[in-house]
Amino acid sequence: MKSVIYIILTAAITNNYVLVKFLGICPFLGVSKKLDQATGMSLAVIFVQLMATAATWPIYHFLLDGGIDFTYMQTVVFILVIAALVQLVEIILKKYIPALHASLGVYLPLITTNCAVLGVTVNNISDGLSFGESMLTSLGCGLGFFLAMVLFCGVRSRVAEAKPAKSFEGLPITLISAAIVSLSFFGFAGIIGNLFG
Amino acid sequence: MKNSKLAILLKGLIKENPVLVLILGTCPTLAISTSVTAAFGMGMAATAVLICSNMAISALRKVIPEQVRIPCYIVLIAGFVTLVSMVLEAYAYSLFQSLGVYLSLIVVNCIILGRAEMFASKNSVGDSALDAIGMGLGFTLALCAMACIREVFGAGTFCGLPVPWFHDNPISILTMAPGGFVTFGVMIALVNKISKGKAIKKKDFGCAGCPSAAACGKTSCGAKEETKA
Repeated sequence: MKSVIYIILTAAITNNYVLVKFLGICPFLGVSKKLDQATGMSLAVIFVQLMATAATWPIYHFLLDGGIDFTYMQTVVFILVIAALVQLVEIILKKYIPALHASLGVYLPLITTNCAVLGVTVNNISDGLSFGESMLTSLGCGLGFFLAMVLFCGVRSRVAEAKPAKSFEGLPITLISAAIVSLSFFGFAGIIGNLFG
Repeated sequence: MKNSKLAILLKGLIKENPVLVLILGTCPTLAISTSVTAAFGMGMAATAVLICSNMAISALRKVIPEQVRIPCYIVLIAGFVTLVSMVLEAYAYSLFQSLGVYLSLIVVNCIILGRAEMFASKNSVGDSALDAIGMGLGFTLALCAMACIREVFGAGTFCGLPVPWFHDNPISILTMAPGGFVTFGVMIALVNKISKGKAIKKKDFGCAGCPSAAACGKTSCGAKEETKA
């Protein structure tokens, strides 16, 4: 139980994909203006990350790495699997759960090219994690993405009312505030290390 | 005629610099810019992929059906990324290790998909190659400039060699994640200042700002799908 919490917390906070590892910056800067959009995007990311890990882990270990060595095809196969998966999820959601599709549907196609999703699947393989650990890490990363998005959304709504120097308006001030949010995540790192390490 | 070719090549360097003006490929820019050597390697690897993919996509632009072009582009790009990473693993192993996961993430680098969608799918092979070289060098340039700032001030070294004074007084936060955001923000502000806000017309960094979204928006974005169905 302790290790389960440890894996999730490490992935979500100490190794936060957005603020510490710089993966998935595009949606982080792009869709974090409104809270409902930020939550929608994050939920879609959690969902797709879990699905993608559940699909790519067995594919890598039983297909690419089993018998004949096809591991060099990892990048091509993973991106195709993720793209196909996203399409499939979208079709299924549209047909059977239209309510969920209405709230997540817009964000799903964007996720194909989200580096956090490809990043987490590739990292899980290169770190040599078991299937259970991979799933937990993906869940943690998704939750971390959610946390970063929601926190940053709050910060941005305050920044929007501020009046920075002219050349800092728009993206530069957003990046600087992202730096401060990112700094706060470094503070958590010690706590988790001491609690569970 | 020759002038326009030169213009295609040069616009990627300064006027339409992919990182600082078009704001593409932010993830590798922030992550890899802690050391100049790695930044240069990343820039060169991405340039190689960009040249190959731009030429291939441009050559195939009449063959690839409109509806499935994004998956086709991604497969082509992924193929070239695999090639480049194999070459690096064989001939530059230390660079291969320092780039790590970001090497395979070149696949989802917005610059490459963005140029495929914005330029290579509409122009001839030669022009696309020039565009790729310009954009690739622009990416490398911006990446190296950021890496210089972060490595010299943050770690006190340049390409691994110690720089006098800075080596004893490093601002180590610059090498960490927050330093990446700050440096990038300040550099974009600087570009704004120099160009008097002309370069980035206070671009709304929403869906429209993300080129992969621009690419996906036309094919299968939820909003469009509704009207199709």
